[in-house]
Amino acid sequence: MTDTAWIDLALVSARPQAMGALLRYFRSLDLAEEAFQEACIRALKNWPRTGPPRDPAAWLIFVGRNSGIDRVRRQSRETALPPEELLSDLGDRESELADRLDGAHYRDDILRLLFVCSNPALPATQQIALALRIVSGLSVRQIARAFLVGEAAMEQRITRAKARVAAAGIPFETPDAADRAERLAAVATMIYLVFNEGYSAMNGPEGVSADLCDEAIRLSRLLLRLFPAEPEIMGLAALLLLQHSRARARFDAAGAVVLLEDQDRQLWNRPMITEALAMIDKAMRHRRPGPYQIQAAIAALHARASRPEETDWEEIDLLYQALERLQPSPVVTLNRAVAVSKREGPEAALAMIEPLGERLSGYFYYHGLRGGLLKQLGLACEARKAFNQAIALATNAAEAAYIRTQLDHLAAAPMPEPSFSSDCPGA
Amino acid sequence: MLYAVLCYNDESVTSSWSKEEDDRVMRDLSVVQRKYAESGKLGPVARLVPTTAAATLRHSAGETIVIDGPFAETKEQLLGFYLIDCASLDEALDFARDLSNANPSTGSYEVRPLALYKPGELPS
Repeated sequence: MTDTAWIDLALVSARPQAMGALLRYFRSLDLAEEAFQEACIRALKNWPRTGPPRDPAAWLIFVGRNSGIDRVRRQSRETALPPEELLSDLGDRESELADRLDGAHYRDDILRLLFVCSNPALPATQQIALALRIVSGLSVRQIARAFLVGEAAMEQRITRAKARVAAAGIPFETPDAADRAERLAAVATMIYLVFNEGYSAMNGPEGVSADLCDEAIRLSRLLLRLFPAEPEIMGLAALLLLQHSRARARFDAAGAVVLLEDQDRQLWNRPMITEALAMIDKAMRHRRPGPYQIQAAIAALHARASRPEETDWEEIDLLYQALERLQPSPVVTLNRAVAVSKREGPEAALAMIEPLGERLSGYFYYHGLRGGLLKQLGLACEARKAFNQAIALATNAAEAAYIRTQLDHLAAAPMPEPSFSSDCPGA
Repeated sequence: MLYAVLCYNDESVTSSWSKEEDDRVMRDLSVVQRKYAESGKLGPVARLVPTTAAATLRHSAGETIVIDGPFAETKEQLLGFYLIDCASLDEALDFARDLSNANPSTGSYEVRPLALYKPGELPS
């Protein structure tokens, strides 16, 4: 690490706390951002000389607040607004500062900051962009790269998101238990979206997507530190860690997707798995299951199997059934079909997913799984058709590459067609 | 005398390290560890998973309860520890200083003598 790297790290990790407090003081994302920016500039100037402050976040809040007040004073002189109300308001808040700097009170500040970026009225892409900008402090350029769009377009997207947030009103009152639960759920969704953006773009520009996954994990740990007894937040953090633990095994050297059962389990990240398993064990003790916990528990069963043959498919099937009850969706059923195919064979799984055809006809994984099951049944021609539908729906090169491999297998080793098959007439 | 060297730091900082930064710190620390291991002074070395994975069992009023997270909510968390055989406190502090120099972040090393030591039989 270079001499200034430790300062950057301290600024990054203090950011949610400092921004959360500054948002409470200034009641505007833009003002809070400017104040934080100013505090960071002074930190970069002072900290190399003075050494790191004992509590970097408190330092940044204090300096940011003062520079923000200065700015409001200057602006109000220039624009001749009635400054008194505004300033006395800030003056009152000053007295709160001392006790507010005591750790536990930051919780609602940070939650508010995260919640502002998780407004369900914002489309997913705006939530992600806003959170990465406001909470994580990524530059517009970095975010634009992650989304494969131009910088100007991303700038516009973030500006639009901020305007919507301001119009919706930022909730400043201290939340009661119900509000807090609602905010937590919205924030969990937003963190999941950030992760998913990175996860699904994993074969995109080098490093950027993995950074989004790391950032989502960091945010989930932050949330868990604030709310250490929330089993769904444990489930969320565990789920993200487990998914990300397989990052190095998910693609082969040519960039094609490697299915879970074919992955080199030596490449899985053990420390991440250890952390996640501990979290899921803790969550289960609460006996308050939720979608994140169940998905994490499924991922945990894969992580616990040192070889694919040791996977507890029966338990996975049961967990998917529980998930179907909590969150019925054809995609969940599709996933359960994989477990069913392992337990009862491809025929049973195929029967299970056929009724989903209408709703999932535009879904890559539906046709991919269907092709795989048909291939297992020796119905090469039907399988080829399904794979061809899948490849047309692939959203990235890695998916397409995987399907192409499947098609190559079919072509290279033509399987004996069962005699009863009416497979592909005239193909 | 055996000393425990307990490593404390702000977890929100260390978990913000990128993989490259983390790898680099671990590599630099292992150089220090090797130096003491070669002179036969270094015992077990442990790094702990973040406290978000921790649970605490407390005994109070005749019953035990399990709490999520570490015992105390503090700014710095226990992140790992070493056992080291040193002739004096100064020598143990030298070891802590070597670790501290290899580790760019702030944080602290608590040096504390052991009252009892059973090595156990766990393989590494």
